[in-house]
Amino acid sequence: MLSYLKSSLVATVWFVFLSFPFMVVKVNTLKNSVEWRWLNLLWVAIGAFFLSALWRWAMERRHRGGASGESAHADTPKLTLGERILNDRKIYRPLLAVLTAVILLFPFVFDSYQVSIMLLALIFVVLGLGLNITVGLAGLLDLGYVAFFAVGAYSYGLLSFYYDVGFWTALPIGGLVGALFGILLGFPILRLRGDYLAIVTLGFGLIAKIVLENWEEVTNGAKGIANIGRPGLFGLQMDIATTTIYTYYLMIVLVLFTIFVTNRIKDSRIGRAWMALREDEIACVAMGVDMARTKLSAYAFGAFWAGLVGVIFAARNTYINPNSFTFMESAIVLSIVVLGGMGSIVGVIIAALVLILLPEYLRAFADYRMLIFGAVMVLMMIFRPQGLISNVRKTYGPRRSAPEVNRD
Amino acid sequence: MEYENFLGYFVSGLTRGSIYALIALGYTMVYGIIQLINFAHGEIYMIGAFVALIVSGVLTIYGFSGVSILVLAGLIAIIYAAAYGYTLERIAYRPLRSAPRLSPLISAIGMSLFLQNYVLLAQTPDFLRFPQLIPEIALLQPYAHVVGSAELVILITSALSMIALTLLIKYAKIGKAMRATQQDMIMARLVGIDVDRVISVTFIIGSILAAIGGILVGSYIGQINFYIGFMAGVKAFTAAVLGGIGNIPGAVLGGLVLGLAESLAAGYISSAYEDVFAFGVLVLILILRPSGLLGKAIKPKV
Repeated sequence: MLSYLKSSLVATVWFVFLSFPFMVVKVNTLKNSVEWRWLNLLWVAIGAFFLSALWRWAMERRHRGGASGESAHADTPKLTLGERILNDRKIYRPLLAVLTAVILLFPFVFDSYQVSIMLLALIFVVLGLGLNITVGLAGLLDLGYVAFFAVGAYSYGLLSFYYDVGFWTALPIGGLVGALFGILLGFPILRLRGDYLAIVTLGFGLIAKIVLENWEEVTNGAKGIANIGRPGLFGLQMDIATTTIYTYYLMIVLVLFTIFVTNRIKDSRIGRAWMALREDEIACVAMGVDMARTKLSAYAFGAFWAGLVGVIFAARNTYINPNSFTFMESAIVLSIVVLGGMGSIVGVIIAALVLILLPEYLRAFADYRMLIFGAVMVLMMIFRPQGLISNVRKTYGPRRSAPEVNRD
Repeated sequence: MEYENFLGYFVSGLTRGSIYALIALGYTMVYGIIQLINFAHGEIYMIGAFVALIVSGVLTIYGFSGVSILVLAGLIAIIYAAAYGYTLERIAYRPLRSAPRLSPLISAIGMSLFLQNYVLLAQTPDFLRFPQLIPEIALLQPYAHVVGSAELVILITSALSMIALTLLIKYAKIGKAMRATQQDMIMARLVGIDVDRVISVTFIIGSILAAIGGILVGSYIGQINFYIGFMAGVKAFTAAVLGGIGNIPGAVLGGLVLGLAESLAAGYISSAYEDVFAFGVLVLILILRPSGLLGKAIKPKV
């Protein structure tokens, strides 16, 4: 207890020192005035004191967990959240029923602004599921994922601007163009190892935005493209509120479709090849998996979904400009995947809904959003790298009481 | 005129390049030892610049004069950057020493987002005017259109820092320990090197160099905001890869080549696509020669 107190005090002094120039002093270099915010120091001190105690406690717990061995039984109780939800029908069935009811009735209870926000959250669900294929299943860290989203959105934007193409034609085109870009960008970087890959994809994401901003003749530059058509239904005339609701249901169908496809793919031959590649590339290639094809397909599949929802994003906003496709969007999608649990579909869906809806409804939280996302990414990696709901890998053979849980 | 234009681009490219080199050294040293892309390194550079701005702002108000501001602001900024670098490693990377490779990288990205938004929220999202810390050198006045005094100071300071680093790594005890750790961490531990301490010192040295870069850039460009670390970080990483990551002379060479290429391309082709050139160079290098200009190719261990 005393050692806790001592180390917490040391940490408090240290963090007060670290944050002093940023939290206390605020200079205005134009007016040559300085503002001293001493009260902040108190908050930092209190926060640092308790957080460092919490940190130390969590670290000790983590060490104990590691020391108690790798036996699955020792840590079943804390790993079963995902399992319980997925396996226990008593929980699973009513939960699903409630969820379905909420989702279906949502547009009738709330106004079209709320529906529109929910639509955005669903877009991020699909983005998260798409990136989950590349990062979670295949282990290829893609920091420029937003580029494929932009490709999809701009495919629709440009097609509707120049050729007056409708939503339904653009939807598959957006997905396919996204996938095509995935393959094109995937080719040169096949040979790169994990961390180089991350930086190059980050570069691709930034290049995409710069090109969209500067290629004025085609993309209309920073001004963006306006008057993009909303989704139509056999030429029916609908007002904006109805279209929003219609788009919402459309999006739900798309989310279900995404869940279905990614779920099936995960347990298919190619899905298993992705996971094998993630675990050990050399062993995987030695077992006869075609490395190039497997990696490219992971890229293409991930990019396909981004392109697809890019079209819906353009249709939802009816206006797109390069500022919707910054590194921040990539980081948000990545934190969705990290928080949800890499490879886990349920986890990604929950994480996407929480991370997108929370800042919308808690306005006070909105400013701190990226700060918290950053901290969450660090903490998740340290304390719970498998995510909130860990991926349950499908096992074949005789039915066991507890399926194996993928812990990596 | 044509010739003077070229000379102008050349000097500004060298200046830019030597800043990239200063930041790239931090990346390359950390990567050499723990094979981690310290994604938050650019943020340390930003923090260095910010502390210098804050301290010099306060000192100006309290009536200090030119050189004493430069010395004090520089010193405090360096101390703070080193402290942040050390804390960063302790919190975000040390617990992940034995984790799979992607984990520390994601943790690093998280730290980078955290630090950016911390400065954004605690200070301001706007650009701040950075005080001109580097005094004008009267002797250079006639040549001001080719080489400014800030540029000269940047070139000299970065050259001196790099020489000091080289000497440190070559002759000092900690430098030898760093090289030993880089070659074989387990063996280094066996011969009694405190590896954790070596890693901490590596982060501190890298952060000091980044802070020097931050202060120099701040007074060269004249304004900073919370976001400057991101671009600078990515470009410096490009420079480190260009020279062969893990290779210290390579980082310097890579920084200079990248700075020159960018400056000349911006001058003669188009400045709108300036950043595209940098990433284009990175992608090309990684495809054609992943080991970089001076690096040795590493065969994967089976």
